Amino acid sequence: MDCDICGKKAKVHLTQLVGGEIKKIALCNDCAKEKGVTDPTGFALAEMLLGKSPGKPVVPVPLSSGPARACPTCGFTLDDLRRVRRFGCADCYTTFRDEALQMIRGMHKGNRHCGKVPEGLMELHQRTQRLEELRGRLDQAVIAENYEEAAGLRDEIRQIELAVANRNS
Amino acid sequence: MMRFSTLIRNPADWMIGEGADNAVVLTSRIRLARNLKDQPFPGWAKKEQRRRALEIMRPAVEALPCMKDAFSQELDDLTSVQKQVMVERHLISREHAARGEGSAAVIERRQSVALMLNEEDHLRMQSIRPGMALRAAYDTLAAIDTELEGELELAFDHELGYLTTCPTNLGTGMRASAMLHLPALVLSDQIGQVLQAVNKIGLAVRGLYGEGTESLGNLFQISNQSTLGESEETILRRLERVISQVATHERNARDKLLEDDPAMVSDKIGRAYGVLRHAWIIDSKEALNHLSLLRLGGDLGFLPEGTVKSCDALLMDIQPAHLQLHSGRKLSPEERDSIRAEIVRGRLQSLEPPDIRSIRKNDSPDQEPDML
Repeated sequence: MDCDICGKKAKVHLTQLVGGEIKKIALCNDCAKEKGVTDPTGFALAEMLLGKSPGKPVVPVPLSSGPARACPTCGFTLDDLRRVRRFGCADCYTTFRDEALQMIRGMHKGNRHCGKVPEGLMELHQRTQRLEELRGRLDQAVIAENYEEAAGLRDEIRQIELAVANRNS
Repeated sequence: MMRFSTLIRNPADWMIGEGADNAVVLTSRIRLARNLKDQPFPGWAKKEQRRRALEIMRPAVEALPCMKDAFSQELDDLTSVQKQVMVERHLISREHAARGEGSAAVIERRQSVALMLNEEDHLRMQSIRPGMALRAAYDTLAAIDTELEGELELAFDHELGYLTTCPTNLGTGMRASAMLHLPALVLSDQIGQVLQAVNKIGLAVRGLYGEGTESLGNLFQISNQSTLGESEETILRRLERVISQVATHERNARDKLLEDDPAMVSDKIGRAYGVLRHAWIIDSKEALNHLSLLRLGGDLGFLPEGTVKSCDALLMDIQPAHLQLHSGRKLSPEERDSIRAEIVRGRLQSLEPPDIRSIRKNDSPDQEPDML
């Protein structure tokens, strides 16, 4: 069998149940590595097939908790967060994203910023928010097995991502 | 560079309601929390890191046009009394005063804009105006914020907005508040009901010195609690609406008190006048409560113009640290109470007794009959 991405000889074979349907994907070693498919259980087939976060390695979310989890930037740990209910630095909000989102549930009128955006970040901000919205809808479409809509959303997402990439290069 | 003594020599315009109607809404205040993108937050940062953050921020802050010839000091270089005076003036927070190395305050000459560096967040910026002026206060601060964004790289997340040490400030990082004087709502026992209603729509009510402080002198602070999920505009609009409703309730309660129970009102204001004019020992709480009633009398026209202003200046000047600064030495609580009484007597020396006849003006025949 050939790799679904580059056509080279496939070494990694994945099978996943998506919405009651069995999906199979085959990857060569290089593509598997590039896509971050090192832990098959943490890998979402649908995401790859539908182009969600293309090229972005799938970062496995560690399920372990406790002092071992620390912010790589400032060294703040999950235990510190539990103790003081405050964060150590801006990057902590990435490191402890799930915990942050859990903490703010019910704390504010909403969970998504709308308001002033720093000078020079406005365009990026609008595009990022649009992308997040589209990705959310894509997830819904996949769950609902509405593949036609999902494909349309995927194309729109790709277009925006391409525009961002072109601008950055 | 402005000296501490110069900074606090005169009360700021916003403290005494200069140029605004501050009879019910004394002041409007906006606070924005901001952090540097690449520095650990002050509470977690090591000493050198806090110092580094200060070195990054301070030149940018001091270069702001509004901070020309401003007061700019590291808190370590101030005495504890000086810091406490600034807290009593609402120029820095209690939390900030408790912080040492690497923390600084930069305060505009008229004290209407104050920036705290390395408070709970790297930057806590505030803008205060007399009367009901949340919008103007916000505009001032937003312009400063935008200017700083040109110089400093701030922590911002496309989903969570401005990133803050405590998740309660995420999003806009904005706390908008107004200080209200509500003696008539207290006297007529309506205050609980009104404040409960305010609370119900997600706004916070606090005492004179913010979180966890009791209400003294019938002064209440109303502020937004939520900072994420709504724009500054939406938050300000809701606050403005609620605050002006509360202010209207207070106005109506004042009118109604005069109509229903003029004797009680006269008695309260007359007693407050008597105590403040003739007390030789008075603690802070008693003084604030009587000043509140004198202030009410001034607004109702029983006391000459300027009474409200004198009361507002006294509200600051009789606070413990202000008294210590005034006498230039450490005071025992007993000494403070004597000096406080002395200052109040001095300031009110030439104040005429309340004109009780004017309280009765509602009974005059040329008034529209109220009962049908």
